[in-house]
Amino acid sequence: MLPVSDFSLNCPVPISQYPHVLMAHGGGGKLMHQLIGKMFLTAFRNPLLETQHDSTVVELTGRKLAFTTDSYVVRPIFFPGGDIGSMAVHGTVNDLAMSGARPLYLSSAFIIEEGLPMETLWRVVCSMRDAAQRCGVQIITGDTKVVDKGKGDGLFINTAGIGIIAHEQKIAPQNVRPGDVVLVSGDLGRHGMAIMAVREGLEFESRIESDSAPVHDVVQALMKAGIEIHCLRDLTRGGLASALNEIAEASGVRLEVVEKSVPVREDVHAACEMLGLDPLHVACEGRFVAFVAANDAERALSILRGSVTGAGAAVIGKVTDNSGPLVTLKSAIGVGRILDMPSGEQLPRIC
Amino acid sequence: MKYLDEYRDGEQAQQLAREIHRITTRPWSIMEVCGGQTHAIVKFGIDELLPKAITLIHGPGCPVCVTPLEMIDKALEIAARPNVIFTSFGDMLRVPGSTTDLLAVKAKGGDVRIVYSPLDAVKLAEQSPAKEIVFFGVGFETTAPATAMAVYQAAQKGLTNFSMLISHVLVPPAIEALMSSPNCKVQGFLAAGHVCTVMGYEEYPPLAAKYHVPIVVTGFEPLDILQGVMMVVQQLESGRAGVENQYTRSVRREGNQPAQELIRKVFKVVSRKWRGVGEIPESGLGLNDVYVAFDAEKKFGLADHHVDEPAECLSGLVLQGQIKPHECPAFGTKCTPEHPLGATMVSSEGACAAYYRYRRLPAAAGK
Repeated sequence: MLPVSDFSLNCPVPISQYPHVLMAHGGGGKLMHQLIGKMFLTAFRNPLLETQHDSTVVELTGRKLAFTTDSYVVRPIFFPGGDIGSMAVHGTVNDLAMSGARPLYLSSAFIIEEGLPMETLWRVVCSMRDAAQRCGVQIITGDTKVVDKGKGDGLFINTAGIGIIAHEQKIAPQNVRPGDVVLVSGDLGRHGMAIMAVREGLEFESRIESDSAPVHDVVQALMKAGIEIHCLRDLTRGGLASALNEIAEASGVRLEVVEKSVPVREDVHAACEMLGLDPLHVACEGRFVAFVAANDAERALSILRGSVTGAGAAVIGKVTDNSGPLVTLKSAIGVGRILDMPSGEQLPRIC
Repeated sequence: MKYLDEYRDGEQAQQLAREIHRITTRPWSIMEVCGGQTHAIVKFGIDELLPKAITLIHGPGCPVCVTPLEMIDKALEIAARPNVIFTSFGDMLRVPGSTTDLLAVKAKGGDVRIVYSPLDAVKLAEQSPAKEIVFFGVGFETTAPATAMAVYQAAQKGLTNFSMLISHVLVPPAIEALMSSPNCKVQGFLAAGHVCTVMGYEEYPPLAAKYHVPIVVTGFEPLDILQGVMMVVQQLESGRAGVENQYTRSVRREGNQPAQELIRKVFKVVSRKWRGVGEIPESGLGLNDVYVAFDAEKKFGLADHHVDEPAECLSGLVLQGQIKPHECPAFGTKCTPEHPLGATMVSSEGACAAYYRYRRLPAAAGK
């Protein structure tokens, strides 16, 4: 046998740039942020876009509006706890809520694959109608396109939304500051694991249902109670880890999260362990993270816990100082480590 | 969560750590063989609890990291062919071959799919009789029975459109290769609990005796790893070099015999190249003569395709435990999980990836 010192000790040439778009470029992780930074931000650069928030606040004739858009490509289009239609309403309503806006109007654009059963489309449309009613928004404009069989995957939906802002608070990543307390609005990871369980045919003792839900009411309740909110962020692709890293990056702060305090339901945790996923990277569709002034943290928590989806709400950490951007996690055995953004796609086409 | 939280208990972890501090009187270097253990050590910060005198060396036990460039190139070649559905565990998709990776092959139109079990690939072959279904069979003894079962079932079902690109490797020959190196610093081993769940640990006493190293079969949760380290240190401090089993809730001395039987039925022991290490005799599994029709290398005419590994990064030294990931000059700068220079940065079990994800700033690790 060759002695180890004589062995070849090398590995291959790097792939520094991908010449084609990968699924991972839409995964909510670092590759997606690279793509947005290098291509979209560079080409469209303006101060409003650069806030990089879930929705952008614009001032028109003295009134402040929030504006956002989102596309929905989830597979399968019906899943436990929701479907692509209700999700297309909730997701955009939630993006508006993250600016503290009261959502008013949505657009809805359908890209339909030839051959989709009319009955399927009708179920989705009815689900959108019901979701819009529950959220108190109206769908006031839209678009319909059909693509050839095999050139789409059933149905894709894009919604854009407008909401009105009736407060003076500045809610954006740039306003996070040392001392802020970090809260989550409920238990994490249910949407991602509900989709995975369906796709992979996993069966657990109880069915995991998506957490897809609107959160604008509880945000309005926080505002009404006068909670000093510095930032809100919808927890979707990339999960809590991505959201916290994005905010740390935008504000230059250092965040410290305590792993044990992060609420994850036992069935979701078990499913994650089985599939080798970290619940902190798994998508939600009706949860957000809130950065609030330390004095208001207790009151904010009790308002969140009193909401329909907020039973699992918890304080999970704090902003320690301005030495970031960095997110650290105190592990289950009490040792600190970095909480990083996931790299590429963890679960493709989850929303 | 039951059967999990009790092995992540902070107070008990501190107690074990205190005991390790108490019994350690001089420096020891201990290698955890398995990438899953490396990942847990860095994720939970287990090494931060240990005395400075104890160095954990991260071993070559990540199947993604040790799969040779040559095999990745063969996978890329097969996956790019029309009429092929190439199936693989997700981790293999980002491993760079000579010029590209499976993700990029997929983006250019190759039908590359992630499966969670090789049996899903067999199902796919049944459902798609007009397509060639290929499964990328990588891993240690842990995944070998599932790969063997897939081949066995495909044969039972008479499937002719199913084959496997096999790059299975074995742990004991790798330990032997490491120990026979003049540069070897390892004084004790945490053997991989899941490998031993399948294979048992009867292969280890001769290795422990020949190289006079303690070997403790160890699990993957923080308390498992701390207890495994404690058992190795107890042996080292008292001059013993035996084989012990920490992971008793999963591992029996004789292992899982039906699984071993299946491995013997389908595979034969072959020499294998290990990325960053080189060829190790009798260190892998290949399909035996009965099942040779399922060998994708032969089916696609790639058996004689050889590729040398170019000089670029130091992952070989990392895999052999001669340097720590952050001691590589490319670490975190030229080499990141998005743009890996080496497989140790690609796999979620790779030592470099674990260091990058959890520890790129030493200050953040609570030092």
